[in-house]
Amino acid sequence: MAKTVNIWIDGQHLEVPDSMTIIEAADKHGVYIPRLCYHPDLPPTANCGVCVVEIEGTPAPKRACCTPVNEGMKITTNSKKLRSYRKTLVEMILSNHDVTCPTCVANNKCELQILANNLGVDPESLPTILDRQPVDESSLSIIRDVNKCISCGRCITVCNEVQTVFAITMTDRGIGSHVDTPFGMGMANSPCVNCGQCTVYCPTGALRERGEIDLVWDAILDPDKHVIVQEAPSVRVSLGEDFGLPLGAVTPKKMYAALRKIGFDSVMDTNFTADLTILEEGTECVAKLKAGEKRPLITSCSPGWIKFMETYYPDLADCVSTAKSPMSMFGVLSKTYYAQENNIDPAKIVSVAIMPCTAKKFEARRPELRDSGFQDTDYVLTTRELIRMIKEAGIDFANLPEEEPDEGMSFYSGAGTIFGATGGVMEAAIRSAYFLVTGEELQHLDIEAVRGLQGVKEAAIEVPGFGEVRVAVAHGLSNARIVMDRVRESLATTGESPWHFIEIMACPGGCVGGGGQPYGNDIASRARRGLSLYEEDRSLPVRQSHKNPEVVKIYERFLGEPLSPLALKLLHTYYFKRSVSDGQVVEQVTEKHTAH
Amino acid sequence: MYTEICNKYTPEKHNLIQILHEIQDTHPQHYISAEAVKTVADYLGIAENHIYGVLTFYTMYSTTPRGKNIIRLCESPPCYIKGSQNILRKLKSMLDVQTGETTQDGLFTLELSACLGVCGNAPVMMINDDMYGDLTDERVEEIIEKIRRGNQ
Ligand code: SF4
Ligand code: SF4
Ligand code: SF4
Ligand code: FES
Repeated sequence: MAKTVNIWIDGQHLEVPDSMTIIEAADKHGVYIPRLCYHPDLPPTANCGVCVVEIEGTPAPKRACCTPVNEGMKITTNSKKLRSYRKTLVEMILSNHDVTCPTCVANNKCELQILANNLGVDPESLPTILDRQPVDESSLSIIRDVNKCISCGRCITVCNEVQTVFAITMTDRGIGSHVDTPFGMGMANSPCVNCGQCTVYCPTGALRERGEIDLVWDAILDPDKHVIVQEAPSVRVSLGEDFGLPLGAVTPKKMYAALRKIGFDSVMDTNFTADLTILEEGTECVAKLKAGEKRPLITSCSPGWIKFMETYYPDLADCVSTAKSPMSMFGVLSKTYYAQENNIDPAKIVSVAIMPCTAKKFEARRPELRDSGFQDTDYVLTTRELIRMIKEAGIDFANLPEEEPDEGMSFYSGAGTIFGATGGVMEAAIRSAYFLVTGEELQHLDIEAVRGLQGVKEAAIEVPGFGEVRVAVAHGLSNARIVMDRVRESLATTGESPWHFIEIMACPGGCVGGGGQPYGNDIASRARRGLSLYEEDRSLPVRQSHKNPEVVKIYERFLGEPLSPLALKLLHTYYFKRSVSDGQVVEQVTEKHTAH
Repeated sequence: MYTEICNKYTPEKHNLIQILHEIQDTHPQHYISAEAVKTVADYLGIAENHIYGVLTFYTMYSTTPRGKNIIRLCESPPCYIKGSQNILRKLKSMLDVQTGETTQDGLFTLELSACLGVCGNAPVMMINDDMYGDLTDERVEEIIEKIRRGNQ
């Protein structure tokens, strides 16, 4: 049992667990202590000093984020002295900062800007000592602008501890200390997997996605181009919050309407290819189960996970499903199936994807994903970029009348929509795999054991005619490591994986917590958005991928059956081994299958 | 070469500093390369970005090739007050380099250092393992010339 202690914050008596820090105790009871480097989802780095408070009987102010509570502590969070101390700190930071708020991606969301504003700091009046450094634009996904970095260290904690990718570090010390990749080689020459979790936790505009909005506007305005757009499952539950709707509001039909207003020629849906993925991956899984395969099948839809696997677990690449991600399936089909059905020259098609993800920008540019004869997916915009586009277009999203998507590749089942949450792909796959093995529908479609935010989830499902199917789900790459290490060890010692089927998503919470999601993307909002997807699932008429009529139709009219030669050509891929030092390809480690 | 140095130590994380020292000291250009970091990372099971962070945290390590003689001018306040800035200017012009750079002939690298601990003789600099105090422009000229002659 945790002990509790009595403390007084600004005269208010509180009883709190003795394991808490002052800032945690204050947050829990609704007292806001100004801060810059501290984030409740992360261990404190205690770098900025803004959270100072006075403690009775202690001569110097203490940092609330790293000072534990003590019995009888009397804490002052707000005094003239503290205010002036905080103000000086913020002034020092801003005088070494490239202040361009009106045009900065973080404008209105930036924690530094908000703090400066609250403290009454006027950046215009400050001298600048900024020694401007080049912006790291090497990466296809992440832009790193040191001139806006306040050295809070959050990105480093996220990259090294939450994601265990080890791409960036704090270099040098004192005033010159800054975030960098080893030897200043740039993000593209590091093991960075493009997950974007660092951009989500960065309090300023120092880390952001590589923007593609202008390229998309150009395509839309080009009369010769036919611009198709797809949206990932989690986008529909994250768009509304920026337009005054409640957190987690389910808005697919407003989303279609907004995209049509923006000017896309055809508005369809990634959820359709999520259902299609289940048929391809599910069939792969069932084949493995039936063959008594000792090695597991691991999901392949998360591009951050795929690059991580290629870097740290290439020896297990053969266990990863060859199915392309739903985005890439959509991309290739938009220039083959859709082009054929609608009699459009694929050379004129521009395929755009709206994703909660920064790693999708990297995925889209993988040279092997060109099975349509073109780059399958032309542009990827994050949810944040779509929000900016909607605002640029002056669309009143909250009051937009709902519209239906265009037909062909847009119908989706509840199984497709839960792809956006951790455990969702697993649940969707089980719903269909059960049917594929037994020929009967699963009685209880809600598989609670694989839902929720526990880091690693396990379940065993009884499948008549096969026996027990053991599954595991991990989200966040440090959790992926736990699962993959066990698989590797178990294969080495017993020759058998502890699980038959494993789902891995790179971002904590799954895509709802993706690196391209709107700012303020903390664990609590990820949980809320995830629940919204499960609510949408329950409300839909079709809840299993194999019952999606458009999926049935694409197999009848175009693909034949799952894992047919054409399906293998268009919908499946292969993997590489990458260097831990710089993330570059070392060699190809799996083959593209031509026959099943 | 880096592997041989690693092998002299047990593969334990606390040996990192020692290994890096030896690598730098035995390299003809007195620095630690990306290749060296990779070898040490593999050997100790530490991520490369972590080693790079350590390398740049300590001023004694260099991540770029350096000259035969390393000049380290003290930049701490006592030396500053006694005119280390003038000495820095003198060194820069004599050697035709900026701080952190190496001369064309590869003979000198000019660096700044934290307090060298002999503030009584400020301003001071170290060249390799030798300490030079009470510096004036003239003394700097003598010292540098002497080393240059010794190298002909
Ligand atoms: S990072 Fe914040 S303070 Fe800096 S320019 Fe952007 S909005 Fe302004
Ligand atoms: S994108 Fe992900 S892997 Fe890359 S630096 Fe950021 S947190 Fe690390
Ligand atoms: S890049 Fe952002 S998260 Fe990283 S240290 Fe700088 S301000 Fe903090
Ligand atoms: S918030 Fe506590 S030191 Fe930054």
